This record gives sequence, C-alpha cells and structure tokens, in this order.
Amino acid sequence: MLSVSGRGRDRVNPWTYVLLVVLLIPFLFPLAWMFLSSLKTQVQNTAYPPVWVFAPTLGNYREVFQKNPFFTFTLNSLVVAMGSTGLALLLGLPGAYAIARFKRTGIALAILTARMAPGIGYLIPWFILFTKAKMIDTYTALILTHLIVALPLVLWVMIGFFEDVPGDLIEASRIDGCSHFAAFLRIALPLAKPGIVATGILAFIFSWNNFLFSLIIAGYKTRTLPIAVYSFLSYEEINWGGLTAAATVITLPVLLLALFVQKHIVRGLTLGAMKG
Amino acid sequence: MRHLGIGWSRFVERHPVPVFTLPSVVAVALLMAFPVGYTLYMSVHSWYASSVTSPHFVGLENFRRAFVEDDRFRNALWLTVYFTALATALQLVLGVSLALVLNRPFRGKGLVRSIFLLPMVATPVAIALVWMMMYNPTLGVMNYLVGLVGLGPYRWVSNAAIVVPALAVVDTWEWTPLITLITLAGLATLPIEPYESALIDGASATQMFWRITLPLLRPTIMVALLFRAIDCLKTFDIIYVMTQGGPGFASETLNVYTFQVGLFYFHIGYASSLLVILFALVLGVSLLLIKVRRGAW
Repeated sequence: MLSVSGRGRDRVNPWTYVLLVVLLIPFLFPLAWMFLSSLKTQVQNTAYPPVWVFAPTLGNYREVFQKNPFFTFTLNSLVVAMGSTGLALLLGLPGAYAIARFKRTGIALAILTARMAPGIGYLIPWFILFTKAKMIDTYTALILTHLIVALPLVLWVMIGFFEDVPGDLIEASRIDGCSHFAAFLRIALPLAKPGIVATGILAFIFSWNNFLFSLIIAGYKTRTLPIAVYSFLSYEEINWGGLTAAATVITLPVLLLALFVQKHIVRGLTLGAMKG
Repeated sequence: MRHLGIGWSRFVERHPVPVFTLPSVVAVALLMAFPVGYTLYMSVHSWYASSVTSPHFVGLENFRRAFVEDDRFRNALWLTVYFTALATALQLVLGVSLALVLNRPFRGKGLVRSIFLLPMVATPVAIALVWMMMYNPTLGVMNYLVGLVGLGPYRWVSNAAIVVPALAVVDTWEWTPLITLITLAGLATLPIEPYESALIDGASATQMFWRITLPLLRPTIMVALLFRAIDCLKTFDIIYVMTQGGPGFASETLNVYTFQVGLFYFHIGYASSLLVILFALVLGVSLLLIKVRRGAW
C-alpha cells in the first residue's frame, strides 16, 4: 500500500493486467469498431448480430477516394491547419516569451477569457462580416477563424515552455550585448524548440478536428474533412463502410501525431494549467 | 533609413513587453474583442440577418423574452445544466477511480497512456459518427452488447427520454481519460510521509484513501472538473452531428439552440442575447476555476 507514487518495488500482481485489459477495452472499442467497420462489406455491416470475424476488404477506401474529391478535402484541411498554426506561432511566440520572461500574467488572463467564450459567439459576428466582405468559402476566412482557437493555445502553452528556459542564459546573453530581440531569437527559441514543435502539433490537431467554424465558413471550394464526412452522413446514412472508411482516414493522422506529443497533450488540453 | 532602424531597436530595448506582445494582443483584439463587442451590442437589438432593415434597439426585451416567453430556451437551459452535471459527474467518478487503479505498479504504463490519448484527440465528427452507428436501434452493436447481459434493446439517441444520458456517455468516453491523466499526475506528486505515519497509527487502506489521498488531491481534481464543466456547457460537435438537438428538442442544449437561432433562422439579435446568457454561465464556472487555482479552496 506504500506504492503511493506507483514507483515502488512491489511485485506486480498478475490480476492487475486482467483488470487493466477489462478497463481499457471500452476506451479502445469505438475506434477499433470504426476501423473494423471500414474493412467490412455493406452486407457484413448491416448484419445482426454483428459480425466479428470476416475477410477484410479495402473496397470502402477505394470508393471514398474515387467517388468524392477526397484529396481536395484533405488538401483544404492541410492548408487551413498549417496556415492557422503557422500564423498562431508567428504572432504568439514573441507574446508568450514576453509574458513568461517579464511575468505579465494580466495579459495572459485576458487571453484565457477568450478561450472560455463559446465558439458561436465568435462565429456569428465573423459570419456576418465575411458574408458582407464576400469572403465566405475562402482559405483566408477559415484560417482567421481557426486562429481564434490556435492563438490562445499557442500563447498559454508556450508561456509554460518559455518559463522552463533558464533565465540565467538569457541574462548572460544580454550581458554579452544581445538585444531583447536577439536573446529571444538566438537563445529562447532554440531552447524552447521541443515545446514549439509540441504546441504546433497541438494547434494543428485542433484545427484539423474543427467542426463548428468550418461548418459555416467553408463552402464547396474549401470544404475541410470533418465537414465532408458530415455531409456524407446526411444522404448516405446507412453506408457504414464508406462512412467509417472516411472517418478512419481523418482520424488516423491525428492519432499518429498525438503519439508524438503525448507528454504535452494534457498541457495543451488544459491550456497549460496542468502538466499531466 | 539606417537612423530609423536604430531608433526602432532602441525602442524595442526600452519597451520589450509592449513590442513583443503587440502582435498577439492586436490579433486577439481583432479576432475576439470585435465579436464580443458585436454580440453585446446585438443582444439589446432586434435584427434578422436576412432582412433589409437595420437593427433596432429593444433594450432588455430579448432577455425578457428568453426567460419569460421562450419555452424552447428554458428547455435548452435545463438540458445544458443536466448534460453538464451528468457528464462531469460520470467523468469525475470514472476518471479518479481509473487513476487509482492505474497508479498500481505494472509494466506498460506508456502504452496505457497512449491508449488514453486516443479518445481525446480523435476528430469529434468521426467519434460522433461511430457512436451513431453503435447506437443504431436495429443494427447497432450497443444493443447487441447490452443484450448479452439481458438489457435493452434501447433506442438510444432516438429516444427523447434517454438521449441526454446517451450523449453524456459519448462525452464521458471522450474525456474521462483527461481526468485520469490529471489525477495520475497529481498522485505522482503526493508526499510519502503522511502514509508512513498513518501506517504506524494502524490506518486501513480505505481510511488512508479518504483521509489522506483525496484531500491532498482535491485541488488537482477540482481544476480538472471545472475545465470539463466549462467545455461541457459548450459541447457542440457531438450533439449537433448525432441528433441536431433532437428528437424534437430533447437534446437541444443552449449552444445548439443558439446556433439554430443565429445561423439557421438568422435572428442575430436574439441569438446574441442567448450567447450572453451562455457566456455568463461559462464565466461563473471560470471564476470558480480561477479561485481554485489561486488555492482559495
């Protein structure tokens, strides 16, 4: 019972593994079911009781890419996610550095409020403005709305990473004659690089997954993957194989990226409040 | 030109904070302050985006209408609170229990952690889609699974009586791992001394849990819980994709209702006042959060 930290030398109870498997199956099951369904034929997908053992087919994937401009949707998602992530880093990194180094938590709290407001609150005014400016269904409009999520994320998570950069090194560079800007560029940025990569990946994931903003701002030309899948849903309700194949294609890149930054995911999801 | 450059770098040297924070502050102000101002302005006006007339001032009429006349709003307000309370309670109990189990010694902690990340980062539209398929009343695997233990069949999200719990299950599946991971991080930092003295005093494992572990973890858990509450109040993707607020209005939370009023009926004035109410709700929870983080609890 003294293994409070879980690092004790207690012998591992074999029943622990049985318990673990039982507890973890529910968390894996829906994603596994999505993947399995994407490999089934329509007949197998509509069988009841459900089919568990079957000969897998890639037909659904072929169909998704042949019947729909799925590559265009993927490209749209990439452009918007990379655009908003890049812009958020460009605008947010200097800000996060200054807030961390000069301890301006007031600015940080103001930005936190921005994260708390419901997304629709931003969406309605921007929708009206973009409609008037004839900017609906443009990359610019999508990137700007996704920036609403990405910028507070970059700022808050990066404040934590910049705080981890040893102040002594910055001081030393200042004494050596570095300007504030040079210290930021040559000392802080390289030292915070793992954090920047993690934050960038997180911002990318958030944009890639975004539904609400893209639902309204994206039109036919700029339709992103989540919206594409949602629109399949409306008129192909029962083609589960095709739908789950599309869902798998969307989700897989995100799951792989998440594994790269797993140490920082909790930090990102709680805006740096928790290191997890 | 050279002179200008020198003047600029001297300015940066003297005022690093304003210069460094300028890009993000300007972007936040443009992207976020404008919509907030616009929403506040519109919340006291009546205006349809589809009409040719300009907004006219109605004072607090929109708010009066919401609370006094609009049954759909009151239904939405109640459902929002119901969904949030149910989902966060489920996540809290499951998340903390799981963390206590996972805190035992075993090999493969990294793998478990990776598995836990998947529900949180998977694309919500994809998650909603899979759950819709699993919840299908006639062909879904959920009815098959609960049938194995003699329950059901249920109509899940197509039954008005259980649609909110069914949606709360999806949210719980998605976010319990967050509570677990945060609690695990909290457990890793617990001091060992209180347990040693408790052991000497002959305390049982249960006593140690309730008297030592839980009180020490409380601040961590509270922050995790409030984060979840804030996001549950604003849940949109899952509900909108799976039910669009239906059947009828049985799962129409405030966020979904506001979406319909604003972007379907284009009644921008009324939608703005609903947004103010929703934001007030979120802000209330956020203030609690800030209080907890400052350690006032």
